[in-house]
Amino acid sequence: MTAVPAGRKRRAPASDKTKAERKLGLLLCAPAVIAMLLVTVYPILYAIALSVQKVDLRFPEESGFVGLQNYAAVLSSDLWWQGVFNTSLIAVVSVAIELVLGMGLALIMHKALFGRGLVRTAVLIPYGIVTVVAAFAWFFAFDPSSGFVNNLPFVPDGKAWFGEHNSSLAVIIMAEVWKTTPFMGLLLLAGLATIDEGLYEAAKVDGATAVQRFFKITLPLLKPALLVALLFRTLDAFRVFDSIFVMTRGSQDTESVSILGYNQLISRLNLGLGSAVSVLIFVLVLVIAFVFVRILGTSNPAGQGEK
Amino acid sequence: MSRQPADYLKWTVAITAVVFFALLPIVWIFSLSLKSPDTISDKSFIPKDVTLDNYTTLFEGGFDSPLLRPLINSVAIALIATVIAVTLASFTAYAIARLDFPGKSAILAGALAIAMFPQISVVGPLFDMWRALHLYDTYPGLIIPYLTFALPLAIYILVAFFREIPWELEQAAQVDGATPWQAFRKVILPLAAPGVFTAAILVFIFAWNDFIFAITLTSSDSSRTVPAALAFFQGESQFTAPTGNIAAAAVLVTIPIIIFVLIFQRRIVAGLTAGAVKG
Repeated sequence: MTAVPAGRKRRAPASDKTKAERKLGLLLCAPAVIAMLLVTVYPILYAIALSVQKVDLRFPEESGFVGLQNYAAVLSSDLWWQGVFNTSLIAVVSVAIELVLGMGLALIMHKALFGRGLVRTAVLIPYGIVTVVAAFAWFFAFDPSSGFVNNLPFVPDGKAWFGEHNSSLAVIIMAEVWKTTPFMGLLLLAGLATIDEGLYEAAKVDGATAVQRFFKITLPLLKPALLVALLFRTLDAFRVFDSIFVMTRGSQDTESVSILGYNQLISRLNLGLGSAVSVLIFVLVLVIAFVFVRILGTSNPAGQGEK
Repeated sequence: MSRQPADYLKWTVAITAVVFFALLPIVWIFSLSLKSPDTISDKSFIPKDVTLDNYTTLFEGGFDSPLLRPLINSVAIALIATVIAVTLASFTAYAIARLDFPGKSAILAGALAIAMFPQISVVGPLFDMWRALHLYDTYPGLIIPYLTFALPLAIYILVAFFREIPWELEQAAQVDGATPWQAFRKVILPLAAPGVFTAAILVFIFAWNDFIFAITLTSSDSSRTVPAALAFFQGESQFTAPTGNIAAAAVLVTIPIIIFVLIFQRRIVAGLTAGAVKG
C-alpha cells in the first residue's frame, strides 16, 4: 500500500464522480458556447477572409484576392478618419457627461429623503425604450418643420439643427446621453450600496465636510464600479449607430464607423471593402478593451479571483 | 441629523428635474402622435386638436398595413430568442455555479468579450452567410444573432442568482423523502425562478430594441421588426412626411416597455447590476 500525502489526496486521479461532473459541466455549457462561437468568432474570421479579397456583389465576376488593398483604401480615405474622429468624439463626450449626470442620479437614488422609487421608475424608461424610437422623438423635437425646440425662448426660430455638422453631433450626443445615463446611474448606485455607512459617520465625527466625504470616501471606494461602468459604456458608445441612422444617415459628415461599415456592406454591397472596415472596428474595440482591462487590473488586483 | 425644509426643497427640485427629463421625449412623441395633419407642423408641445387617425392608419389593410406585420414579427422574434437564450444560459449558469469542470473562467471571459463585441463587425459575414443558408430575411436569421448577443448578459445574471441559491435544500428534501424531480420542482425551481425571469426580461428588452441586425438581415415585411420598419416608413404620398404615423408607431412599441418597467422595475435593476458588480 502506498500512502498518499494528505495534501494531494484531493487532486488524486479523478474519481468517476468528478469525471461525470466534468462531463456534465462541459455538456451543459456546450450549446451556449457553440452558439457564441458560431455567431461571433466564425464571422470575424470570415470577415478577415473577405477583407483581403475584392468582393463586390454588384460586380461578382471581378472577385479575387487583393491582399491588403482594401485596408490601404480604407486607411487612406478621409471618410474613415472622419468616422473614427466622430465616433471617438461621441463616445468621449457622451460618456463624460453621463458619468457626471449618472453620479448625480445615483446619489439621488441612494440618498433622497423621499421619491427614490419614483426616480428609479422614471429613469428605467429611457433605459428600456427602443433606441430608434428615442432617436425619432429627439429628431422630431429638433426638426425645424415640426419640432417644439425651435419654439422655445432663446432658440433661433429657423435653426436647422441637422443642416450643420456641430449641431447635428450635439443632438446625437444628447440623445445618447438621455438614453444611457440611467444605466450608468444604476451601476454606480449598486457601487454606492456596497460602501459602509459607518465610514461616513466616522468622517463626520472627524469634521469632514460633505465635499471632502465625497472625494475622500465615495470616489475611491466607488472606483471599481466606476471603471466597470466606464468600460461598458465606452465600448457601447463606440458602436453608436441607431441614433445617427435615424437623425442624419451620416450626412453633414456625421458618420460613425458603424454607419460607414453599414454603407459599404449593405448599401453598396461591397463586402470586401466593408469587411476591412469591420475588421478595423473590431481591432479598435479590442485596443480600447485592452487598455481598460489593464487599468482595471492594476487598480483592483484582488478583484480577479472568485466572484 | 436635522431634516430641514431646505433639504426637502433640494430633493424636490432634483427629483422633479430627473423625472421631467426622463419623460420629456416620451410625452413629446405621444403628443405628436395625436396631432392631425393640419397641426403636425404647429411646433406646439401640446396638441391643439386630438385625433387617433395616426394610429388607425397604421393598421389599415390588415397584414399589408404598415405596422401589424412588423409588430407580430417583433413580438414573436423577441419571445423566441428570449426563451432559447434563457434556456441555454440556464444550463451554462447551472454548470458554472454548481459543477467543477475545466474552462469555467474561460467561458465567463469569452461571454464578457462577446458582450462588448461590435455588432457591425459580424453584419457583413452574417449577411453573406445567411443568403447562402437561406436564412436571410427569415425569423431564424434574426433569432440566432439576438440570442447569441443576449447570452452573455443572461449567463452573468443567472450565475449571480444561482450562486445565492442554497442548493443543499435539494438534498434535504430528498432525505425527507422527496423524489429528485419533486425536490427540483418544489424546492429549486421556486428559488431559481426569479433569476430566470429577470434574465428573460432583460433579454427581451435587448431583442426588442435591436436595430442594426434588423435592417441588415431583413429585406421585407415578412420578418422586419418594428424598429427597422419605422426607419423605412413611407408617407401616404411622396409629399407627406409620415411624422404622425412614425410617432404613433413609436408610442405603440413603447407601451410594452413602460408596462414592463412599472411591473418589474426591481428585477430589472437587480439584473442590470447583478452581472456588473459581481463580474
